[in-house]
Parts: sequence; structure tokens; C-alpha cells
Amino acid sequence: MKLRFAAAVAAAMMAAAPALADLTVPNLSYRTGPYGANGNQYADGFNDYFTLLNERDGGIGGQKILTPECETAYNTEKGVECYESTKGNNALVYNPFSTGITYQLIPKVAADGIPMVTPGYGRTSAKDGSVFQWVFNPPANYWDGASVIVKHLLDVNGGDLNGKTIALVYHNSAFGKEPIRTLEELSKKHGFTLSQIPVDPPGQEQKSQWLQIRREKPDYVILYGWGVMNQAAIQEAANIRYPMENLIGIWWAGGEVDVEPAGAAANGYKSATFNGVGMDYPFYGDLKTHVLDTGKASGGGAHVGKAMYSRGMYAALIIAEGIKKAQELAGTPEITAAQMRDGLEALEITEARMTELGLPGFGQPFQLSCQNHGGSGMGMIQQWDASAKQWKLITDFIQPDEDVLQPLIQADAQAFAAENSIQPRCN
Amino acid sequence: MLYREAGDFKTSYRDDSQTFPLKLDRMGYWVTLAVAFGVIPFVITDYWANAVLVPFLIYAIAALGLNILVGFGGQVSLGTGGFMAVGAYATYKLTTTFPEISLLIHILLAGGITAAVGVFFGLPSLRIKGFYLAVATLAAQFFLVWLFNKVPWFYNYSASGQITAPERTFLGYVISGPATSAPAKYLVCLAFAVALAWVARNLTRGTAGRKWMAIRDMDIAAEIIGVNPLTAKMSAFAVSSFFIGVAGALLFSIYLGAAEASETFGINKSFLVLFMVIIGGLGSIFGSFAGAAFLVVLPVFLKNVLVGAFGWPTDLAAHVELMIVGALIVFFLIVEPHGLAQLWRLTKEKLRLWPFPH
Repeated sequence: MKLRFAAAVAAAMMAAAPALADLTVPNLSYRTGPYGANGNQYADGFNDYFTLLNERDGGIGGQKILTPECETAYNTEKGVECYESTKGNNALVYNPFSTGITYQLIPKVAADGIPMVTPGYGRTSAKDGSVFQWVFNPPANYWDGASVIVKHLLDVNGGDLNGKTIALVYHNSAFGKEPIRTLEELSKKHGFTLSQIPVDPPGQEQKSQWLQIRREKPDYVILYGWGVMNQAAIQEAANIRYPMENLIGIWWAGGEVDVEPAGAAANGYKSATFNGVGMDYPFYGDLKTHVLDTGKASGGGAHVGKAMYSRGMYAALIIAEGIKKAQELAGTPEITAAQMRDGLEALEITEARMTELGLPGFGQPFQLSCQNHGGSGMGMIQQWDASAKQWKLITDFIQPDEDVLQPLIQADAQAFAAENSIQPRCN
Repeated sequence: MLYREAGDFKTSYRDDSQTFPLKLDRMGYWVTLAVAFGVIPFVITDYWANAVLVPFLIYAIAALGLNILVGFGGQVSLGTGGFMAVGAYATYKLTTTFPEISLLIHILLAGGITAAVGVFFGLPSLRIKGFYLAVATLAAQFFLVWLFNKVPWFYNYSASGQITAPERTFLGYVISGPATSAPAKYLVCLAFAVALAWVARNLTRGTAGRKWMAIRDMDIAAEIIGVNPLTAKMSAFAVSSFFIGVAGALLFSIYLGAAEASETFGINKSFLVLFMVIIGGLGSIFGSFAGAAFLVVLPVFLKNVLVGAFGWPTDLAAHVELMIVGALIVFFLIVEPHGLAQLWRLTKEKLRLWPFPH
């Protein structure tokens, strides 16, 4: 048994090892389990973007990009297994797509010298590049998301939230707990009352939580949910006839799979987003010619244009731009993980660049630096139109409240630095 | 023919009651230990340590612990995940509060704390049995996970509720934190696994083990012949929880490096370890290792074969893997309800007689 196992593993490793000339970006995806519906779309978007670059442009700088997949099922132990099994194959950068796995990998990537990009998730204080040398979380993080949502609520209420109650219904995990600190600060600043309602993962069962909401009648409910928890929450909200336009999700609670099960009852549900919605971009023309029509689409192209697909694509875009920058800086297309890190740190994505990529206005312009690993952190608000079955953007990019966030990020990063005796850089 | 005691004479009672009465078995045992301590540390890679051997050893410790309670003591428990969480959080609190004391001592202390918690949640076993006890321990599982989520003191008020293992050294070698080398991780877990398996073997064949088995087989009869059910049951819970606490502490500090209560120590963990015990064989030390190997190594093996060698899509492979593991569990339980340990025992019996059937 052992011998056969060793032989099989050896065979697997040889089969999986890429030709040396290619760049490897492992795709730690999850297509099974309670988070599979969302993870599926994201992984397809991530794969398809790189497939398009490979097919249309012959890769980046002449280097094909490989995205070997590894199933994590959103489980940290499997995530560690995936990380260990892929890091040997010259992995350039990781996008683990799970806040739990990100926490697991933050110390590991620093020890192994491989950068990690966590667009819109992960540890918020990783924005402080002076402490988190190997981790990047552009264009926005969870605290940005919380602040953007509160700013939107301020706009709706004419700039005053005094005396209002906001309930936070959250996935009882590292992901869901992230915004609490920010919302507490914001509640002090704007005078609203925050009530915290945890939902234990995976969260199919939320009767008692929504009973509590029915009793307390908060003015607004912010939803930090993921996977099957979102569908359950939106369905329960509909059941207690909670006004949908007062229920606002973070971007991970803003996919079609989350609202569709509730049908017409989900009409008017809002969520934050840090990327554009729909397929009204020139980019999709190229995608159709080079990927969809040639049958090379990941997962058969069933999810193209969906919210989570777009987000996966956007994550791939950020990594691809990082690779391009790294190749420029290194002066060679065959970059290493360390050069990739330098590239990400010097990354700048402008409006003009987004237009050039065929995605005008799809993402915000941002610039990273040694200090700032998180970009500008803006977000928009989208609203679900159940009859047309699509998301509509109802705001422009909203700037988060940096006066509140920056000190919090600094404090958390300092605490991490002290715990792990890290000497801050960038001076 | 291959495997027989002919010529293997015993001249003392001590020899007669040793763990491995057959010479071939004894040699196998020493060779395994020699390879495990003398060869594997020099050839182990990060992948083999983190994906296969370290989780296997840690789950083997947990399965040993649960086997003492379920297999030897006859008390059903579904609280394993919760008790592992106690071990993990106790280690975290101890090692962050007293960083100058060795992590290995903290791991043992965490086992002790878990033993105390286990005894407390084992108290209902004096009044209730079987399924009712299972439900009482299930309450422990949910209560403990809820507690570690609810009270920020346990995770030192970190923003995300995660606990992270700080870097600790032993004899100058890093044994926890991201800079730990694969051999260091492996050797720490191996040392604990071997020592605890030795303890378990010697406890279960001594007075304590006989009392547990007497209670398991018929508690009233045991009481009549003078076994005190209070001490027998409580010691089973204490020893079992100690093992499980050590496993939880190792899982957090050596293997994962970061953990959160509901994700890492959820009800799934309890079932996983219970399945290991049932598939491996109730009341068997070897069975605990076999069960842990079956449920830790097999999925990784299948994944590598299906995705790596056959090139299947990862989602299909993940689903097929669940089906294969599930089907094998059902198959084993039908063909051999006493687990892999009994299968091994039968094989040995057959080998002794081979090539003569009678």
C-alpha cells in the first residue's frame, strides 16, 4: 500500500510538473460542499481569464500561464494540503479564495517566499505592507466593505444614522468576524446601535437568528455570509417580510446563486461590489471568440457574466497585471515568486489600462506601494432586480472612511508584528 | 508456514504475556520503529509531512483516545471535536501566557486540562448509557465550540477569532510556527504518538483496562465483582480526554499553525475520529492507527491518483473520492464489522496455518 501510494504520488507529481518555461498560478478552488455553488463560478472566471490570455496573446510576455486546480472544499486542512502539493511546482502566487485558508497561509507564504493575493477577502490588516510583506489585498477589503455599506446608509438617510439600529448577521468564522471592529468604531462615530447576530457555518439553519431580527426590528441588516448561508438568510428575510432594500450584503453575499432561490421575494436586495456587473464590456467579445467558441471555457462557460464569475476574473486580472509588471521590472519573462512580489508591490492599474483591457469602469484605479498593499478600497452598491434576473449598480464607487480604517489597520498590523517579532519595513 | 510460533518457546510468564508473542511480529515492530525514527526524518518532504504523516499521527492519537473510551470503556462519545478544541485553546493560552516554558510541556498540560474537562462532561455517564450518553457528549461538543467562539479571552481578543501558533523551539530546533522544518514536525508528532500508544497498550492490559472492559461488557456484573463504576468510568473519560487533548494541541500548534473553533473542531471532527475508531476496530491499539491511516491517507491517495494520474476535473474527483471512501466504509463494516484490526488478526491466523487449511 505504502509503496503503491508513493509510486502514485511520484507519478502525480511528475504529471503535474509544468514545463519549465511556463508560469504557474495554482487555483485553489472549491467546487464541492456548502460553498461550491459560489466557488464554482469564481474558479471558472479565474481560469477563463488566463485561458484568454494564453489563447489570444500567447500568455503574458510570451509565457503561458498554467492554473492547476486543487480542490479545498473551503476546508483549511485540505487547503494546507493543496498549498503543500502545489508550492513545489514553481508556484508564482497564491489566491486561496478563503479567509480561513488565508490566515493559515499568511505565515507560511512569508516563510516560503511566495506572494499571496487576496482580492476582497483575507486579513484586512494585510493592507499594511510594511508588516505583511508577502500578502496583498487589493482592491478592497472587509473593513472597506463595511465602511462603504455604512456610507451608503448615510446617503440614504441624508447623512444621519443617529438612533438607528443596524444588525450584523455574520458567518461565525474569521471571515464574518472581520468587520465587527470597524462597525463598532463606525457606530460610535455615527451614533447607530450595532447588534451582532452570529450564524454558525455552514448556516443552512437560521430560524432563530431571523426570529431575533423580527423581534428587534433593526432598521438595517448587514449580511456577511458565504455559500449556502446567503441563500438561507435571504429566504428567511423574505419569510419574515423584512424589507429587502434594508438588507445589504458584503460582496460575497452578492451573487446570483444567493438571490435566485428566493425568487421574486429577493427583489430589491442590495449588496456591495468592487467590480462591475453584467456583460456589457468589450472584453466579453474577445472571451467569446477565443475561449467560449473554441470550447476551452472552464466548466463549459455556463457562468460567464455572473457576479462571482466576474469577481474570479477580476482576481485573475489583478494577478495578470502583477505578472506583467514583474516581468517589466525583472527584465525577463521568466519571473520567480520573489520577482512577482516586487511586481505586485509596484502594481498600478489605471482607468486607461482597464479600458485597454476591454473592461472600462469594471474596476477602480489603484496603485500599490511598499506601505499600501490594499489599494484604494472603494466599493459600489448593486441591487437585485428579480424580474430581469440581474444586478443593477445603484451607486458609483464610494470611498471608505479612511479616518476610521487607517488607525484600526495600523493597530492590528502592529499587534501582528509584535506577536511574530516582525520588523516593519518601508522606512 | 511463514508466520508461526513453532520453536518460539516462552520460559517465563513475562515473556508469555508480552505484546507481540511472535518473533516475526516483534521484529516487524522494531523495524517499523527504526524506519520511523531513523529513516523517514531524513527523507521526508514538506508535502509528505503536512499532507500525510503529521495528520495521520495526530489523528492516530485522537483515535487511540476515543478508542479507550468507546472501545475499552464502552462509553459512547461524540464530543471529540470539542475536547480537541480544549487541547488546542489550552495550548494557545498557556504558550502565549508563559512563553518561556517549553511548548512540549504545554501540550502535556493542555492534555491534563482536557482530561479535567472530559471528566466533567463524563459525569452524566454515571446515570445514562448508550445513545443518551452520546447525546450528552454531543452537548459538550456544541457547548465547547460555542464557548471558544463567544469568549474573546480564549483567543486573546484577536479581531478574527483565530488562534495562531507562535514560534517555539525545542533543543534549538523550531517546532511550531511557519519556519518549522518537515522532520521537526514529524518527529514531535511521532514521539507523542509512540509514547502515548505505549501508555495506552500498558494501561489497557493492566488493572485499569480490565476494569474498563468489565464495565463495558456488563456494568452490573462488574460492580458486583468489585469494580467501582465511578472510578472506572471517570478514569476512562480522563485518560481518553488526555489523549484527545494532546491530539488537539498538536493539530493546532504543530500541524495547522492557526485554527478557529467552529471550522477546525466542529462536529465533523467528532464523527471523523469516531469513524476511525469503528473502522479501525473497537478496543484495539493497532486498529486506532489503521483507522486513522484509512481515513487520512486514503482520500489524499485517491486525490493524487484521480487528479494527478488520471487528470480528472477536481470537482468530479472530489465527489468520486467521497463515494469511494463511503462505499469502502460500508463494505468493511459489512464484511468485517470488527474493523481493520480484526481483518489483520484473521490474516495472521490464516498465515499461521498456511498452507494447511486446518
